[in-house]
Amino acid sequence: MGVVRKRSGSFVLKVNPILCDGFGHCHELAPELVDVDEWGYPIVATEPVSLSNSGLLQSARYAVRGCPRQALSIERSNDTVKPQ
Amino acid sequence: MIDAGSLPRVLHGSEGRPLSLAQHEEVFNGATSFNVMHELENSGLTGRGGAAFPTFKKVDLLRLQRGNNKSVVVNAMEGEPAAHKEFALAAANPHLILEGAQVLAGLIGAKQILICVARDNPTVVNNLNRAIHELERRSLRGASIELHTPPWRYVAGEESALVHWLNDNESLPQYRPERPSILRVGRSPALVDNAETCANVALIARFGAEWFRKLGTEKSPGSTLVSLSGAVERSTVLEVSLGTPIRDILAAGHADMAPQALLLGGFGGTWLHGQHIDTPYANEYLSEFGAGVGAGVMAVLPREACGVYETLRIVRWMANESARQCGPCAFGLPALAEDLTSITHSSKDPRGAYERLQSRCDSIEGRGACRHPDGVIRLVRSALSVFADDIAQHIVGRPCSGTQRPKHTIAIPTLEHEDELIWE
Repeated sequence: MGVVRKRSGSFVLKVNPILCDGFGHCHELAPELVDVDEWGYPIVATEPVSLSNSGLLQSARYAVRGCPRQALSIERSNDTVKPQ
Repeated sequence: MIDAGSLPRVLHGSEGRPLSLAQHEEVFNGATSFNVMHELENSGLTGRGGAAFPTFKKVDLLRLQRGNNKSVVVNAMEGEPAAHKEFALAAANPHLILEGAQVLAGLIGAKQILICVARDNPTVVNNLNRAIHELERRSLRGASIELHTPPWRYVAGEESALVHWLNDNESLPQYRPERPSILRVGRSPALVDNAETCANVALIARFGAEWFRKLGTEKSPGSTLVSLSGAVERSTVLEVSLGTPIRDILAAGHADMAPQALLLGGFGGTWLHGQHIDTPYANEYLSEFGAGVGAGVMAVLPREACGVYETLRIVRWMANESARQCGPCAFGLPALAEDLTSITHSSKDPRGAYERLQSRCDSIEGRGACRHPDGVIRLVRSALSVFADDIAQHIVGRPCSGTQRPKHTIAIPTLEHEDELIWE
């Protein structure tokens, strides 16, 4: 709280397609990262996002916590990506 | 010892009945004083199950894993309906498969060998069962060998589905996000290899890498089994040196020498246009046309058949074979089949269906837990490019004569519930 940390590295939102039942909550909670196909299943952005992009990281966290099937996870890596 | 430049290698001595253990040792006798790991690295053997992953890398990865009950899983499931190579291999010399599995077990330190054969292939089961009993009577040293018979399904031959069957008796593919992923039987790591790969490992352990490299090309050495079907005199399994021109393979199998196209790799493979039949049969040459050796399937499509219609039949069957675990596969593949139907029969807005098909291919790709949907999409895309002229005719409402009098060229098992296919 109140502490701003400069984070290096990146994250990718990953979906387990077997667990996913297409509730669509992730699209509601993180529309920047998750698109929906014609059957309501998520199309998750595959390119890594910089961890310093706190807005996207926060919405990815909301999506992970909001998934009724707990099918989403955030995968971190140390590769740095240029923030947009 | 078999002469290095001669074929057949793994199908050696296939007259009449499978070789017994004594015959096997007589046929394949030779020096065995190699450092097998070193020879395996130099041989450049790639997996024959379809992905063509270097076997040495896989063995090396598994060797460094911890676990006190590691296992070697031999995949002889024959998931591809058009492939018969495991049948031919088990009918020629099942002991070669077992020997290769024992060599691999020695390399990674495995305590058990699990051989998986679909229970729908009783001949393969019998041949391997007899060989296992023969081997057990001989000696009790080394890893224990067990035969497992999961039911046959297309996806049951996928490696994670196979391991899932061994663990929980469910032939369903698993989600494996981390790469490289290590499959586990029980708690210990398992090495999953195709039966043909095991047979080649046995040959390398006996005769060495230099002998193995006498056939094949620089990048893909050795020989491979090709299941030839479609417009041929008789469906056969041939053993060919990798890099043989496809024309020679067709001639050896008494096939139609001026085919419209060839289905390479399997039902999740690609079409190759008939004008490219002088290409050498190896991944580095076929990749120019987006094709590959895959699981060794080669189905010949004659000129009078309709390629679009055959693709539709395959896609419809593949959609039915989906395990229905992942939404993009369970809903997407029937949708692809539906689009292809309206293109093939020029009904229900074929032009819209064509555009929808392409956008659906892009949206489904890479979103399943296993590679089943990706294989279907590869087939559909190659059909769209190889049969582009045909499809243009279909779209404007002039379907070719092959659709009017459907003659089934590619042998596909009958659908169990054809009317239940599109389930939404």
